[in-house]
Amino acid sequence: MTVLVYLDHEGGAIRQASRSAIAAASKLGDVDVLVTGPDAAAAAKSAAAIPGVKKVVQVTDTTGNSELAEPVASLLADLAAGYTHILAASSATAKNILPRTAALLDVQPIPDIVAINDADTFVRPIYAGSALATVKSADAKKIITVRASSFEPVASEGGNATIEEVALPAGPGGSTFIATELSKSERPELESARVVVSGGNGMLNEENFKLLEPLADRLGAAIGASRAAVDKGFVSNEYQVGQTGKIVAPELYIAMGISGQIQHLAGMKDSKVIVAVNKDPEAPIFQVADYGIVGDLFTILPQLEAELDKAG
Amino acid sequence: MKVLVPVKRVIDYNIKPRVKADGSGVETAGVKMSMNPFDEIAVEEAVRLKEKGVVSEIIAVSIGEAKAQDTLRTAMAMGADRSILVETDVVTEPLSVAKVLKALVEKEKPDLIILGKQAIDDDMNATGQMLAGLLGRPQATFASKVEVADGAVTVMREIDGGSQTVKLALPAIITADLRLNEPRYASLPNIMKARKKPMEKITPADLGVDMTPRLSVVSVAEPPERKAGIKLDSAAELVSRLRNEAKVI
Ligand SMILES: Cc1cc2nc3c(=O)[nH]c(=O)nc-3n(C[C@H](O)[C@H](O)[C@H](O)COP(=O)(O)OP(=O)(O)OC[C@H]3O[C@@H](n4cnc5c(N)ncnc54)[C@H](O)[C@@H]3O)c2cc1C
Ligand SMILES: Nc1ncnc2c1ncn2[C@@H]1O[C@H](COP(=O)(O)O)[C@@H](O)[C@H]1O
Repeated sequence: MTVLVYLDHEGGAIRQASRSAIAAASKLGDVDVLVTGPDAAAAAKSAAAIPGVKKVVQVTDTTGNSELAEPVASLLADLAAGYTHILAASSATAKNILPRTAALLDVQPIPDIVAINDADTFVRPIYAGSALATVKSADAKKIITVRASSFEPVASEGGNATIEEVALPAGPGGSTFIATELSKSERPELESARVVVSGGNGMLNEENFKLLEPLADRLGAAIGASRAAVDKGFVSNEYQVGQTGKIVAPELYIAMGISGQIQHLAGMKDSKVIVAVNKDPEAPIFQVADYGIVGDLFTILPQLEAELDKAG
Repeated sequence: MKVLVPVKRVIDYNIKPRVKADGSGVETAGVKMSMNPFDEIAVEEAVRLKEKGVVSEIIAVSIGEAKAQDTLRTAMAMGADRSILVETDVVTEPLSVAKVLKALVEKEKPDLIILGKQAIDDDMNATGQMLAGLLGRPQATFASKVEVADGAVTVMREIDGGSQTVKLALPAIITADLRLNEPRYASLPNIMKARKKPMEKITPADLGVDMTPRLSVVSVAEPPERKAGIKLDSAAELVSRLRNEAKVI
């Protein structure tokens, strides 16, 4: 069996989540990968160095079309003939493209898998992670997205794959890429950070939300947020952790002023160690927190910083 | 201009779902059901486009048990003009739903189809993309802003690192994200009015669609439970525990 993995990259650097998808794919068979975009050549070079990758399919495109689901979904459907499974890490990009590919191939996709039982049987969370469903696919080909936090990423160096250039098909047309606006951040990427400091409604406003930065700086942490914090405009949507935001599983997750509704827990309850600071002793976040402090976060935040500075 | 809005009946998002003792699925008997929250946003967006004079007719569609009528009534109370119930007892999955919707699109010829980005029961996040694929039409998923002008729709969409804007020729498919709008509550007079709005009832067989699921559920289990830890009295104790006990800093 040979498996094709669609890789997400940023300016040629392969995302860690995509290396988790390669780890999942390796359980199923030999692995080829696909990289697209204006920096596909750089991405292909990085991808070829990933151990276990046999072949890299490189699709260089400078027209903006590789930003669109329509042509990339058609490309994957064209490439599908040679593969039993098509995988990608569950990013916004993959969720945009892979279901469309599945429709073109008359396949029911299997999103967000957390375990592989055999070539047809997979485990995936449903109901915001309130249940784990084991599902068996009757389709000849499987289209799968992988929850990165459930698969240890493969190494980034040591491999030596071949690279093959392929052209992007036109797709059905009718869709034009206008622009992308990325928020710049010096911090580690939320989904692969070792430590995440998240703020919720308890941060009260945009100004106060920034108070999390000195703590995050000390811990080398990414910053996350609850939906309420995003809704109220304390931070933009890409910070959202949860059922409909990003799924994270860092070594340490610190929740400041977050109540812990199920939709939020869905995005962080697989973290190794959870810390919660909340003034309400009954807040549901304490039911999943390893360490909790009941109190006013605005008092505790500076104390935490001082303690970290002390022995650190 | 005509808009089609598919709406799904799901367990209300405030209810914590319980896994059935025999591991065959999640308990739905006697559980409060509501319209999928993302679909409320999709209906709201269609209604706003109608209020702006861009849209002339809104058709809500639901595929599922007879009780999905309640969901369609809610959609009509929010402002949909009429609705179609595609009745089936088979568990729906995105591929079969997309096939039903494709058949309806070919019949009704809407200019815009607005779906939710994700059903909060199966968490698939696939139906809109699949419908667009089957129709060979352009798609804009995870929409946070929608503007219709001159036979095209410009959509701002949420992506991992920020946002992206795309322009689609109509007819097109859009899936709604949480930030798109804040859905209205249906007023009592509108709920009364909705009772008189037309609801057509058909079956997947009428549309020639085979609903047999491709994914069969082997078992459904509770996820491993996380135990509540300990409450600490001070930041000093927390830092010391994180360093010496959990060893994560
Ligand atoms: C379809 C759908 C999808 C959703 N998806 C997501 C998602 O992906 N992610 C997500 O997070 N939510 C999601 N939600 C929203 C979710 O249901 C909750 O509304 C949200 O998580 C609440 O955010 P919060 O905990 O910050 O706010 P609140 O529930 O308002 O909690 C604020 C907490 O801060 C505490 N607090 C206040 N002041 C202080 C202080 N000075 N010191 C200490 N503590 C303080 C309070 O005691 C309270 O517990 C979704 C909802 C729906 C309907
Ligand atoms: N059975 C259904 N009836 C009507 N609409 C549906 C149904 N299933 C899915 N949808 C639509 O497709 C969207 C995405 O669902 P899903 O792909 O299952 O996450 C939902 O928000 C609905 O708009």
